[in-house]
Amino acid sequence: MLLPAITDENLAFWEGTRKGVLRVQRCQDTQRLIFPPRARSPWGARRVPEWTDVSGRGKIWSFVVPHPPLLPEFDKYAPYNVVLIELEEDSKLRLVGNLVTSAGAKINSGDPGSIQIGAEVRVVFERINEDITLPRWVLSGPEFD
Amino acid sequence: MKDATAIVGIGETAFAKRLEASEKELALEAILNALDDAGIDASEVDGLASYTMESTDEVEIAKNIGAGDISFFTQVGYGGGAGPALIGQLAMAIATGQCKVGVAWRSRKRGSGGRPWTSTAEAPTVASSWTRPFGLLRPADEIAMLTRRYMYEYGATREHLANIALAVRKMANANPRAMMHERKLVREEYMASRWVSEPLCLFDCCLETDGALACVIVGRSHASDCRSHPVYIHSFGQGLPQQSHTMVNYFSDDPLTGPSAACAKSLYRSSDIGPSDLSVAQIYDAFTPLVLLSLEGYGFCGKGEAAAFTEDGALELGGRLPINTSGGGLSEAYVHGFNLINEGVRQLRGASVNQVTNAESCLVTGGEGVPTSAVILRN
Repeated sequence: MLLPAITDENLAFWEGTRKGVLRVQRCQDTQRLIFPPRARSPWGARRVPEWTDVSGRGKIWSFVVPHPPLLPEFDKYAPYNVVLIELEEDSKLRLVGNLVTSAGAKINSGDPGSIQIGAEVRVVFERINEDITLPRWVLSGPEFD
Repeated sequence: MKDATAIVGIGETAFAKRLEASEKELALEAILNALDDAGIDASEVDGLASYTMESTDEVEIAKNIGAGDISFFTQVGYGGGAGPALIGQLAMAIATGQCKVGVAWRSRKRGSGGRPWTSTAEAPTVASSWTRPFGLLRPADEIAMLTRRYMYEYGATREHLANIALAVRKMANANPRAMMHERKLVREEYMASRWVSEPLCLFDCCLETDGALACVIVGRSHASDCRSHPVYIHSFGQGLPQQSHTMVNYFSDDPLTGPSAACAKSLYRSSDIGPSDLSVAQIYDAFTPLVLLSLEGYGFCGKGEAAAFTEDGALELGGRLPINTSGGGLSEAYVHGFNLINEGVRQLRGASVNQVTNAESCLVTGGEGVPTSAVILRN
């Protein structure tokens, strides 16, 4: 498994996913949200950003459907999807992830042909090991929730 | 530095999926060919510029070619974003007196030497920690994400991407040195080809090549003494835009405005030549959609208009802006874009196999999607 490298900068994010919450950074001066994490806020007085929970709701900004040749651990799921999600709190804040049919479902669990840019999604979590819980995404909105 | 320096020699090796020689041997062959083309003895070389990804360092190059004392050496990062920056940085060094004879090169066995994205030995980087664990593994996947959004925003279709792939393939079909010289490509074959990462298919992706290229740069006063017709370095720009990420440039305010737009500002600021003056360009084409973003970034059309720009054969010989006239990375060779530099020189020598009539200047760009660079060359 290709796992993220946990660093001082991103530790709070991965602590959050372990607890089932999505967290991003926030500039202490401008209150602007920041992702991916930085050592300093690029805005305001450029202080160390604080962390804040977000709703875990968003929309699909774009997506791809990779086909082989891939790494073996992904070849077995191909074709699967990778989505880029814009967060409800700030549409300029985007996270890469996968659309799945339910929490714990595989990254090829849905039909890639049915994925639509703009579709509403909410975060779910998949525990990979003791340290890493990955955020995934399921369709949301009135007809799904 | 405007027109103060010139490219006076170009050299390259054969291009193939597999060459037996090592990357070092290929680099030396390309550099010595370029020095021969210029009529300059290697002992005169005192400046070197290369890619940070280059496997052979300056020490190895200098001692093997028999260079003199090297007084300026530099490396530029970000793979395909680096090429024109090597030219520009050597030009600045020569214009400011740091050195007199500069050599830039790129040697790479990307054809037989393996695919970098398959390496899992190193921990993910700051950027890839947010992408690779989710199966966004290859450059094609990373660029496909921007492509899908571009299509959604601006109504571009696979027909437009095909316009690029087919235009560049036609150039290669006329170039005996191109890997795809004998391989015709028609629209139906493009449309029926296998997916790599939807919406990108096989023919949206560049070749995998073993090969090397080099060029030699000197000051204007020295240029007329050289064996080959000098091609002047008119302007140069680099661009690392605000809040950008390499290849996965998804986290800026507008990911569809890429590094080329930032680079274009510095390129044109010092230039007497603008996009409307250019009749030929060599545009970095690791993937067809990078050409769309670059056409907009370098001002050949407005934002969202590049797809329409590719219609009616605009990128082919006789069109508004013939591009990648030796076949580019898509169909001649993929050596991190250095073949675009040498082909820009050939166009201004009147020596291209796809010569654009009366070409007086040529834009050469580095890769979109990464911190990048560009130069405008002129007669």
